[in-house]
Amino acid sequence: MSSNTPPNQTLANPQAPRWWLWLVDRVAAIPAHAWAVMLVLLVMPLVADDFFLFQIFGWTFILGIVALSLMFLAGYGGMVSLIQMSVAGLAGYMVALFGDSGTTISLGLPWWFVVPLAMVIATLFGSLVGLLAVRTEGIYTIMITLAMASAFYYFTRQNYTIFNGYTGFNLVLPPDLFGVNWREPVPFYYLTLVAAGLCFLLVTYVSRAPFGLALQGVRDNPRRMAALGFNVTAHRVAAYAFASALASVGGILLVWQNAQIAPGTAGIHATFDILIIAVIGGLSRPSGPFLGAFLFVLLSTFAPDVLRAIGASGERYKMLIGGIFLLVVFVSPDGLLGLWERWKAHLTRDDMARGKGETRP
Amino acid sequence: MREFARQHPVWSGIAIVVALFVIWAIFAPWPEGFEAIFGRKRVFLNAVFSGITLGALYFLVASGFTLIFGLMHNVNLAHGSLYLLGGYLGYEFAEWTGYWLLSFVLVFVVVGCVGMAMQVLVFRRLEGQELRQTLVTIGISVVAADLMLWAWGGSSYQVMSPDWLRGPMELPLIAGYGRDGELVYLRYPKVRIAILFAAIVIGIGIWMALNRTRIGMIIRAGVDDRDILGAMGIPISRVFLGVFAFGAGLAGIAGVVGGTFQSIAPGEDTRFLMASLVVVIVGGMGSLQGAAIGAVLIGLAEQLGSVYMPTYAVVLTFLIMAAVLAFRPQGLMGRRG
Repeated sequence: MSSNTPPNQTLANPQAPRWWLWLVDRVAAIPAHAWAVMLVLLVMPLVADDFFLFQIFGWTFILGIVALSLMFLAGYGGMVSLIQMSVAGLAGYMVALFGDSGTTISLGLPWWFVVPLAMVIATLFGSLVGLLAVRTEGIYTIMITLAMASAFYYFTRQNYTIFNGYTGFNLVLPPDLFGVNWREPVPFYYLTLVAAGLCFLLVTYVSRAPFGLALQGVRDNPRRMAALGFNVTAHRVAAYAFASALASVGGILLVWQNAQIAPGTAGIHATFDILIIAVIGGLSRPSGPFLGAFLFVLLSTFAPDVLRAIGASGERYKMLIGGIFLLVVFVSPDGLLGLWERWKAHLTRDDMARGKGETRP
Repeated sequence: MREFARQHPVWSGIAIVVALFVIWAIFAPWPEGFEAIFGRKRVFLNAVFSGITLGALYFLVASGFTLIFGLMHNVNLAHGSLYLLGGYLGYEFAEWTGYWLLSFVLVFVVVGCVGMAMQVLVFRRLEGQELRQTLVTIGISVVAADLMLWAWGGSSYQVMSPDWLRGPMELPLIAGYGRDGELVYLRYPKVRIAILFAAIVIGIGIWMALNRTRIGMIIRAGVDDRDILGAMGIPISRVFLGVFAFGAGLAGIAGVVGGTFQSIAPGEDTRFLMASLVVVIVGGMGSLQGAAIGAVLIGLAEQLGSVYMPTYAVVLTFLIMAAVLAFRPQGLMGRRG
């Protein structure tokens, strides 16, 4: 973090432009384990096979982005919103509707128009839901966003003019940009990796920008923030808008990965899955959702095989995921990251008790 | 009501005109031109009655949900699972004993016990942590849905109603004119009338219990301020347990009712969870009258919507909810705070 380095001791030449100093400070502040993770992710295509790249990592990054939008709202805004998967689903639907698909109601517009349009529509939808949801607080937010998410699901199932009902859209493919087929495992891996990385950086940046700090203030004490002259409602709605834009990125990538979208994509189970991912990973840091998504994807991909191997029915993997979720909620309210941090703090405490630990500032 | 009428003469006038029009539309035979615009009266009446019956079912599910929420501030997102469990168990009991009415008693007891177990094993341990409690109920609903899919499979079940409730009955409501110009009356399934009647009786029973008995007084006081109630020496955890068991039992009964007049299948749990959420949001959280009003409103909106605008029926429900949230975030009968 830049606060560790005093302003007159930046690592770059003081005559350099300010944005360069800012960038150098930020890069220098990246901890070693983050560099290691980045390196591993970049060279992953050398070791992992196509199934892993496309199905496991691609899906992890996509679900991670959607869960990240929930983490942003819940962790920094204190609003547990269950609408994020619907926003992602709407973005996917819009890409299918305005772009190319195997159904006749698609309009076939060019991708550079369709993708921003889908993001704008999904962001507007998410902000609108946020506008209604911020009128209430706490668990009411969960109830209202869940009700709206299920209304969205039933609506996509009933409506044939926009959402094509039960069948939805198929053959929704990413554009052939630069002559690359982006659904090939390696290009798709890098596409989702870059998208996830950008979303991660953006959330990290916003969380430290004035808006993010004000949002965290609103989370902790809305009345005091209002007294200080901050518009509490506007900050919350803006948080919904930002989170919806993130979720829409995830939704567009999801429709490209599956090459199809149907009501079940943003169904109630998918909504719960996103919450489960975010909670398992941890709602206090942007890395939590990706950790949770990785675990979730691994579980839902391999649990059937593992269950069959130990003689149980392979269809019961949902029970396993639900059970692990229950365990995490019971044992560690701040998810696996929280568990990890408490374990680390525990070790440090033990070391200090033995008189050889490093003292923390 | 009186205050409202005094302060808003225009709105009251509009409300009276609308009410008179609805009463006329239900009771009088429709003239030719009217039927040309709105379709056959039989269809309208059927939609209204289905809507009210569906509302009765929603009320049974949502009243337990709202009681639990009002007292314990616990959003039990596993409420739909209790409904589904009640439906499956009702089917099993009705097949096993052969008595439809007996299955209600058994389901109420069994699902009530499940609710008690949830309260003791889960909610008591996370006392005061509302968000975690809600997250746990989501986990429970995921696991329960999978367990029930395991036990009963993916096919749908229909609870058979007894012989004395089979077939239609004629209601003293004019559906239209017959071929020879004579009045034709509406025919409506007996079992649905019975469900409607039972829901009204249960609703009035709960209302009486809440407003006329000592336990009801304790529960109402708990809704207002549970800490003070506990400080006054009321064994509040036992009250919580009782209300949770009762609410869960109601959801179970509603499952049997739903299994009789519709069917029971995987996915119904989320459908009824959503219905209770919307009903409670519209009616006001923690309010029994609100649940009744919201349930009828949503039931009518769904049925009339599916008749008159089939692909947008859900939007109607959604719009009602959005309008309530926009103008009265605490719900129609809810109190602020």
